[in-house]
Amino acid sequence: MKTGSKLAGIALALMLTTPGQAADKVKVGLVSTLSGPAGALGVDMRDGFNLALKHMGGKLGGLATEIIASDDQFNPDTGKQIVDRFVKRDRVDFVTGIIYSNILLAAAPTAFESKTPYVSANAGPSQYAGKGCSPYFVSAAWQNDAFHEAAGQHATSRGIKDVYLMAPNYPAGQDALTGFKRFYKGKINTEAYVKLGQLDFAAELAQMRAAKPEAVYVFFPGGMGINFIKQFVAAGLSKDIMLLLPGFSADQDIIPAVGEPMLGLMSTAHWALDLDNAENKRFVADFETDYKRIPSVYAAQGYDTALLIDAAVRAVKGKVEDRDAVMKALKSVKAKSVHGPYRINNNGYPVQNYYLRVVGKDAKGRIVNKTIGTIFTNQADAYAKECALK
Amino acid sequence: MNQRSLAIAGIVALALLPPALQALDQVFYIGFAARILIYAMAASSLNLILGNGGMLSFGHAAFIGAGAYTVGILAAEGVGSAWVAWPLAIVCAAAAALVIGAISLRTRGVYFIMITLAFAQMVYYILVSMKAYGGDDGLNLGSRSAVGFGLDLKDEFTWYYTCLALLAVVLYLLNRMTAARFGRALEAIRENETRMEAIGFATYRHKLVAFVIAGAIAGLAGALLANQSSFVSPKLMHWTQSGTLMVMVIIGGVGHRYGGLVGALVLLGLEELIAEFTLYSQLGVGMVLLGIVLFAPQGIAGLFQRSATRPLP
Amino acid sequence: MSGILLLEQSLNGLQFGLMLFLLAAGLTLVFGIMDMINLAHGSLYMLGAYLMATLAQATGSFLVALPLAIVATGILGVLLEMSLLRKLYQRDHLAQVLATFALILIANEVVRMIWGAQPMMLATPAVLSGPVDLLPGLSYPSYRLLVIGVGLAVAALLYWLVTRTRTGMLVRAGASNREMATAMGVNIKRLFTIVFGIGAMLCALAGALLGPLLAVQVGMGEEILILAFVVIVIGGIGSIRGALVGALLVGMVDTIGRAFLPALFREFLPPQYAAGLGPGLASILIYLLMALVLFWKPQGLFPARG
Repeated sequence: MKTGSKLAGIALALMLTTPGQAADKVKVGLVSTLSGPAGALGVDMRDGFNLALKHMGGKLGGLATEIIASDDQFNPDTGKQIVDRFVKRDRVDFVTGIIYSNILLAAAPTAFESKTPYVSANAGPSQYAGKGCSPYFVSAAWQNDAFHEAAGQHATSRGIKDVYLMAPNYPAGQDALTGFKRFYKGKINTEAYVKLGQLDFAAELAQMRAAKPEAVYVFFPGGMGINFIKQFVAAGLSKDIMLLLPGFSADQDIIPAVGEPMLGLMSTAHWALDLDNAENKRFVADFETDYKRIPSVYAAQGYDTALLIDAAVRAVKGKVEDRDAVMKALKSVKAKSVHGPYRINNNGYPVQNYYLRVVGKDAKGRIVNKTIGTIFTNQADAYAKECALK
Repeated sequence: MNQRSLAIAGIVALALLPPALQALDQVFYIGFAARILIYAMAASSLNLILGNGGMLSFGHAAFIGAGAYTVGILAAEGVGSAWVAWPLAIVCAAAAALVIGAISLRTRGVYFIMITLAFAQMVYYILVSMKAYGGDDGLNLGSRSAVGFGLDLKDEFTWYYTCLALLAVVLYLLNRMTAARFGRALEAIRENETRMEAIGFATYRHKLVAFVIAGAIAGLAGALLANQSSFVSPKLMHWTQSGTLMVMVIIGGVGHRYGGLVGALVLLGLEELIAEFTLYSQLGVGMVLLGIVLFAPQGIAGLFQRSATRPLP
Repeated sequence: MSGILLLEQSLNGLQFGLMLFLLAAGLTLVFGIMDMINLAHGSLYMLGAYLMATLAQATGSFLVALPLAIVATGILGVLLEMSLLRKLYQRDHLAQVLATFALILIANEVVRMIWGAQPMMLATPAVLSGPVDLLPGLSYPSYRLLVIGVGLAVAALLYWLVTRTRTGMLVRAGASNREMATAMGVNIKRLFTIVFGIGAMLCALAGALLGPLLAVQVGMGEEILILAFVVIVIGGIGSIRGALVGALLVGMVDTIGRAFLPALFREFLPPQYAAGLGPGLASILIYLLMALVLFWKPQGLFPARG
């Protein structure tokens, strides 16, 4: 084993040596959760990104584009390592793709330190929105609290007086309920937290029934959301209690897995399948053709991320090596998007509309989300004023 | 070649790695190599109790987490000195190992596997819900620990050689320990505990000492890992991490003195290599693991030289 | 806290316990008789659920799909045993852990390749989709009643199988002393295959029954596998009775803890501590239970090995 490790190291290095960066090319490092139970969202996001790239002839900002995709395996440490590799070995021009905030918080500092622009396609932690904002962070999606704030506002304007709140016992869950409470003015019946990754909710549903709230607001990501909604409806609670959800818990990753019981559930998001704009129509139609499934909000975000990078590369006329110019462009360009016009705030987060959606059947009888109203117009996040960036 | 010259040649080779990588313009791999060294340390500590002691701990990640969080929490409280944080990480991990070991070692076999897992899960869930220290989001260290003497651990070379030096010390101590009476007795207990008890040996206490030593070393590895990523999160002690460490030991060679090192090198290298060709690295890793179990039952180190100790029955 | 609520929560505990029992029964059989740690047990559960979801969509009937999924998973289990797992019986626990850990990775990827990364739909049969009134003020989801019923039936069936039939006798003989059973002329090889097939079918039953309540997705097996392991360790490995008692104990403690601990902490502690501590403690309760049981009874409650 004496020289084995050295040889292996060199062999590895040789094998992986990539030619120096060509100026006529854009390199994007896409790191996302693509495997395991948490992987469905990342796959959707990546497919949306790739579809946008296909629509633009495989080019971003008119330049040949190389996408280096890597799977973070839902592990912050792995995510950190991948971004390290993107930055130090592959010398990418953009990093994007992380779905989960805990992975972003571990991995993004590496990109920031090397002044590589990070364009978020999903995770939008509050840590990067206020005092800790970074000049190298931009989001084409939302700040984490946004859907929850919209739901709180919706509950208030609907005149709901008594809400039961529930989320997993981890920071994103606590932030979700904080976001809801920021705009909800009525009484809080109970604020309950459950174990992250919990399977069975019978105990919680019984407590909920006994508490007799007017409405329930829950935030459960991924599989937890599927479990909860299935069991909530099976327990017959949907007849007496209104269930409000953030867009994450009622989108195309959840709806097909739950089916009919989803009908009539309302949720909040910055995008919906039927939003009336040319980009969205093309995106939805082609996504269905290419991937044989209805796109989710994550796919839409992936698509928008590619459009934003495209617009920024175009604005700097392909000079992607000038990082500060790229950042300036990312924050100021009017990129097209499938969720309508938006602009980027001083902290890198978007200022945009949020919509109320209801699950119903479309013309073909499939169960999908439909837009039924606008909750916020040009809404910024609550943290932007604490950010020192201009 | 005898063991000693083999070890020296290995250390020389590892010492020459960073300049070689720099010459190839592959500085990224210096950090990657440091990571392998850290995991080698963690896996070697597990190998002491698992290989030499026959204690199948499925909760070893808890001690790595204890060490990592000691460094993380101290950094959050403004204590950034390695001379304070790292020894304290070792002490905390050892203390955790003392408590967990004292209870777990009452059980045998599969029950031992499960009770160590249970303790690791408890630690995991407690940290996930502990919002003051980041909970599931984890904790950013901001920077690596300070060592003084004009050294900066942020420099990849300094960092690599720090890890290498610590690993060499740990492996040296472990080798001395296993070759001495302590190690012989540990192996004897593994082979026949009842008999050792019958001849008047305090087997429980002896196993507990080994368990605590392994925990302490894992704590140091945890402290290094926290520095490597400048980040700690509960994922460090997720049960799959304990599984990964176990896999490293088995791949490398159970009870083999360099089993942990070889295992860490092979597994992490393999993951990196497979990730280069496909997004779906898990399938490849799974296939290779299965192949190793079926065709190289002694682990990789066992393929190249006769194991210093006999494999588990 | 009202009596009705306490009753409902006990019912929930029973239901959750029986849910775990379905999975734990197969695991404890394989574990106890073959002395084989099969981490891939959860993968068979996942396969069962996926096959059930596919067949239910194809046939349009829950009742038709259920036996088909169970048989299909049973066949897959037998094939797996004959081709691969059989080679591991003579190996140590470490090798078994590694090999079956590898199987988990492989199974997850293969399932994703076949069915895609998105979760599958498996709907509750329409007749059982709502709640029924058990008592005035106590309505309970009818599907969960079905789970309770099936869980009890399986427990009874297994009890009968193990204590009253010849196969069961061989199983008990194999569990308590494998060498002796072989020496007495028991065809251990065939017995193991049969037991593994039964274990796989129980997995499929669990996966199919829980599919309408839980997300059918890649990796669904691992989460519940750990709980199943906790159950059989508490109960004593290899003992069906132990698995049942362990499952009910875990189900009850977990449910009651989740239901009442947070409220209890809110009564006695300032809110900022109660909010974190209550759910935090509730989530580690079953591990605490397991550590306590093993502390007093290092072989579990009903050790099978004599």
